Amino acid sequence: MAATNIEVWQQATVIETTAVTEHIKRIVLRPDLPRRADPGSHIDVKVNLPSSTQGEALKRSYSVVESANDGARLTVSVFRAPSSRGGSVAMHALQVGDTLEVTQPLQNFPLRIGAPRYLLLAGGIGITAIAAMARVLRELHADYTLVYAGRSRAAMAYLDDLQQLHGRQLVAHINDEGTNLDVASLVAALAPDTELYMCGPIRLMDSVRRSWLEKQLDPANLRFETFGNSGWYAPQEFTVRIPRLGISTTVSPDRSMLEALEDAGADMMFDCRKGECGLCEVRVLRLEGAIDHRDVFYSDRQQKAGEKICCCVSRVASVGAVGGAVQGPEQGLPGIVIEVP
Amino acid sequence: MSIAPAVESTSVQTTSRTSNASSTTNKVLGYPLNAWYVAAWDYEVTRKPMSRRIADRPLALYRAEDGRAVALADACWHRLAPLSLGKTLAGDQIQCPYHGIIYNSAGRCVSMPAQETINPSATVPSFPVVERYRYVWVWLGDATKADPELIPDMWQMTDPAWAGDGLTIPVNCNFQLVLDNLMDLTHEEFVHGSSIGQEELSESDFVVTHEGNTVTVTRWMLDIDAPPFWRKNIRDKFPGYEGKVDRWQIIHFESPSTICIDVGVAKAGTGAPDGDRSQGVNGYVMNTISPETVKTSHYFWAFMRNYRLESQLITTQLRDGVSRVFKEDEDMLEAQQAAIDANPDYEFYNLNIDAGGMWVRRLIERQLAAEGRLVPFA
Repeated sequence: MAATNIEVWQQATVIETTAVTEHIKRIVLRPDLPRRADPGSHIDVKVNLPSSTQGEALKRSYSVVESANDGARLTVSVFRAPSSRGGSVAMHALQVGDTLEVTQPLQNFPLRIGAPRYLLLAGGIGITAIAAMARVLRELHADYTLVYAGRSRAAMAYLDDLQQLHGRQLVAHINDEGTNLDVASLVAALAPDTELYMCGPIRLMDSVRRSWLEKQLDPANLRFETFGNSGWYAPQEFTVRIPRLGISTTVSPDRSMLEALEDAGADMMFDCRKGECGLCEVRVLRLEGAIDHRDVFYSDRQQKAGEKICCCVSRVASVGAVGGAVQGPEQGLPGIVIEVP
Repeated sequence: MSIAPAVESTSVQTTSRTSNASSTTNKVLGYPLNAWYVAAWDYEVTRKPMSRRIADRPLALYRAEDGRAVALADACWHRLAPLSLGKTLAGDQIQCPYHGIIYNSAGRCVSMPAQETINPSATVPSFPVVERYRYVWVWLGDATKADPELIPDMWQMTDPAWAGDGLTIPVNCNFQLVLDNLMDLTHEEFVHGSSIGQEELSESDFVVTHEGNTVTVTRWMLDIDAPPFWRKNIRDKFPGYEGKVDRWQIIHFESPSTICIDVGVAKAGTGAPDGDRSQGVNGYVMNTISPETVKTSHYFWAFMRNYRLESQLITTQLRDGVSRVFKEDEDMLEAQQAAIDANPDYEFYNLNIDAGGMWVRRLIERQLAAEGRLVPFA
């Protein structure tokens, strides 16, 4: 049930494609290195942009809707977003026989078996992460309710199949039929030992989080996919200096500060390399620019104080560079002076 | 490594065929993981955490404030200190005794005292638990298969028409040796001569059937003298009864390790073999064996009866009597395991009387093959 985040890339062949709604396509893949996908897992896909001539690829994550035969047959569903930068358009263009690069199943959203009762909440395309959970809970005769909210019946993928499979366990809320979901009363009606698993639009999830807090339910029982902390700034080049060791080096956008310091000969302490454990923390002596904290180790208070940073993930950015890399001359680089243990 | 479905089922077939041929050399069998095993009696699990190893997995068992039983891995995520030495807190939480890290019943960390945030990776495995038939059952294999309906049928444990009690025997042998022992009761003549043994056991015929994940061995001994244990029991219901009896033993195995034995005697010739047991006494020996390691087991048993339900005296007498009988088995099983270990180059040979036990081995080997874990140990 633990999270699995080691990326193993492989080729997969498209073996089926079906339009399940006007904007959602169901794509069945046969991966070369199948691995079983438990409920809540996803795959990362390298999508080649149709418009790109240099083979530029985007990385996109798609929930595994269904995994059969120990992962030899993986189903994902792709919503063609109106604001797509090309990822979902390219996925929709896939034909049977095409191959693409995908990871083995990754897990950020594990379903714990054995809770006294469950509420599964899906909004729109979020059903792709929730459907497999519902199927397993049904097989295990668990006490569960599947709540599925959407704009219209026609826009809701798999609604008929789910209704057939889950019967009265499924509660559908459909905006254009006037049966909108009332999050506050949904959460208010929950027994306190319910585990809620949700996937859907940010606004829906925020609203559930607020109701959850108001009702003072156990935060550990509210489950949603977390993708760590990707920071406020695009990664850019910056300098780092450790005066005591006489080390001075530059961190390129594709390297971490920890890696750059190791390359420069510093004897660094670290463990998780993903901003969780706090072992790679260094003290900030001076700063030119802004710290872009990308860890989940420090509290908001500690991040604001800015006295220490996790050098495995956190970076330095030029002030005012939000959302885009700023290329400047060498002497104009943002920089940080630190002390290490 | 995974393989295509058609190939996979073929390979399971082949493996189980191979394993059937090699049953005799698998003196000690591994245990299936996709199964419910009893971790404890219901009364053993309390607000004070306890430690128990099931299928080589150390577990911390405790009850949440609402009474729900919880099974977590007995090792803190941080430095593996045993959570069973910790204490339970409000709700469903347990605190590591070493650095105070707190987990909930799902095994998720809810407090790290020495820092302002919680490391999102900090979890300990939480295993599915079901309380049924006076036992706390755990599932240590693939949790997505942990269907409570797969718990073996032991309804006599909690049915109001039945009364009784039992104990746990920690036994230093592979769980399969206990199953062998219970599937062939001809050993009673030699191991339990002073209580339930009699020569008619070896002389009488028996019938073996199997269906799905169950095996049944039926033996009737007609018009015989009741051995001491059964003479006492029939006199509890029919004071002073002196005559011959018809005796039965119907052994029900449910894979991988539960055996409920329908036992009893009735006044001879009163129709018990045809279904009329009104002139007899009926008991059920409820056995379920949880592997602790490959060579040690927790043997949970109870003796249930459907007569004189009001008598706590009889309940205690039966529990103590059966306990003495089972001590004789325990001594034999441990001596057998020691001899197996001391003679690694010798094989098992099988007799006709092992038919029940051999079907049990075949069902377990099939289950192990399906899990890809059919590995001979010794």
